[in-house]
Amino acid sequence: MVTSNPSPAPVADERIKERSSLRKALVRPELGGMCGTVLVFTFFLLTAFDSGMFTSQGILNWTLVSAQFAIIAVGACLLMISGEFDLSMGSMIGFAGMMIAIFGVTLGWPIWFAIIVTFVLCMGIGALNGYIVIKTGLPSFIVTLALLFILRGFTIFLPQTIERKTIIGGIRDVAEGDWLASLFGGKVLTGLFQWLGDAGLIATFERGVKAGQPIVDGVPMLVVWAIGLIIFGHVLLTKTRFGNWIFAAGGDAQAARYVGVPVSRVKILMFMFTAFCATVFATCQVMEFGSAGADRGVLKEFEAIISVVIGGALLTGGYGSVLGAALGALIFGVVQQGLFFAGVESSLFRVFLGIILLLAVVLNTYIRRMITGER
Amino acid sequence: MSSPILQMKDIEKHFGPVIALAGVSVDVHQGECHCLLGDNGAGKSTFIKTMSGVHKATKGEILFEGKPMNFQRPRDAISAGIATVYQDLAMIPLMSVSRNFFMGNEPIRNIGPLKFFDHKRANEITMAEMSKMGINLRGPDQAVGTLSGGERQTVAIARAVYFGAKVLILDEPTSALGVRQTSNVLATINMVRKLGVAVVFITHNVRHAMAVGDRFTVLNRGKTFGTASRGDVSPEELQDMMAGGQELATLEGSLGGTV
Repeated sequence: MVTSNPSPAPVADERIKERSSLRKALVRPELGGMCGTVLVFTFFLLTAFDSGMFTSQGILNWTLVSAQFAIIAVGACLLMISGEFDLSMGSMIGFAGMMIAIFGVTLGWPIWFAIIVTFVLCMGIGALNGYIVIKTGLPSFIVTLALLFILRGFTIFLPQTIERKTIIGGIRDVAEGDWLASLFGGKVLTGLFQWLGDAGLIATFERGVKAGQPIVDGVPMLVVWAIGLIIFGHVLLTKTRFGNWIFAAGGDAQAARYVGVPVSRVKILMFMFTAFCATVFATCQVMEFGSAGADRGVLKEFEAIISVVIGGALLTGGYGSVLGAALGALIFGVVQQGLFFAGVESSLFRVFLGIILLLAVVLNTYIRRMITGER
Repeated sequence: MSSPILQMKDIEKHFGPVIALAGVSVDVHQGECHCLLGDNGAGKSTFIKTMSGVHKATKGEILFEGKPMNFQRPRDAISAGIATVYQDLAMIPLMSVSRNFFMGNEPIRNIGPLKFFDHKRANEITMAEMSKMGINLRGPDQAVGTLSGGERQTVAIARAVYFGAKVLILDEPTSALGVRQTSNVLATINMVRKLGVAVVFITHNVRHAMAVGDRFTVLNRGKTFGTASRGDVSPEELQDMMAGGQELATLEGSLGGTV
């Protein structure tokens, strides 16, 4: 080491402006999502407070929709930060649901086995997506667009050929009492909700066979999965070595390779994780509806990407936040269901969605430039 | 002088019918700054990519610390202690300085069976290393995109040295920089050399080479034109060798000695 050359004492650079700690705390990738959430809730508290949107059933309604968006948004978010897209997510949802139905109902396998095989199959397809993207160097946009059609085609073809119909029902019967199926279709905290109902804090049925039971009798597993995936995704991205590799792979794959980051492995794993999220979504949906339909999941890939972008992620990769994507999903769900509660003509939902998307992207771009010094 | 830490002997590299390198020999000693000069197309980039494991030499021998080396991929060269800093691919602008600094070498903190990125340690080391290099950060979470080009090169050099580089290859680190930033990077090179690291400095700017170089090797059309030590050669001679002889001398006359 050089001793004759003492390191210069840190002098404040006159060209760097002092920043208040409030500004530091606020200027984060999630800031746009936070502002949007506050804005959306304020709007609906003012316009739709009496409509039942904030009763226990109302809250469950938009929570469920938001949780659905959140599950696929977490996968899409991590994949987008690693620099890739998956347009086949929606088709994957339809495909996964259909495979569970075919394995569990048509072939009569135990439902836990049908679910596990479906997960393995779908994550394998996710890996294939990633492998093709890495090996060919083609944009993932095109590769997964092809998979969008291929998977949707199979989802219609298989039940038509095997069962001569495009909806396979009877899943609830075969899933009854299954240990794995209850992880996707059951409810938790039912005791707490019964207690809340007894205490008169939430609405209960007033007559009929269910009299005295709360109308909302628990938290659906779908919501538990959403929260679990959000926490997992956030910790993985911000607190682990692998998270740093996700950022690096999306920020500049070549620079990351030069310092020894296994970029190909990171990207393929993220494609598999996205497929996993789509399959979780499909399994929850199949357990809830008791059937699998060939048209399930249409356009879900765009809803996932919209949630992620509202949440502040950069479309070209290298920047974003799972918490932001979760807030994006919440905004999306609350707006979609809130307009219904507020009695707004449903076709206007698309107008609202477009405006929110545009505002979010403008605000997020501004925030990102403040953080990263892009010009 | 001690025995060279890295010897490249008669390196040839063919790309199909194109002979990019037709026998280049260079040796690098500990603590010296060896400048590799050459005009565009002279084979500088191919040569350093062979040195850093990106390309495999068609013919020739690489000796690292006296032992023959056979690098299959960049990772092999990095783990042997040969680090390369590329001009535009050094850093990821969207990520923080600390995340960039430890990219690929993240410190790990165990909580039970789980392994986490030790941000606290990474941040402390980053701040300390940056202040040694004379860069004042607002904080370790400041994005690299907010740094100037020279500062980015300096961060990349500091990173390579921190992670134990014995040979540091710098691919035209000054060619896109302003005057002030260039002198900062040259000062950093000087400092790193005094730490005992062998520096291979690729440039086509003779003045930058003269500022820090101990020895100068000129490449021309895929061959070693010659190696000279500091003091044995004038900037004008280097300039002429780079251009391959006399043409530039006449051109220089008509431009009034400004090239």
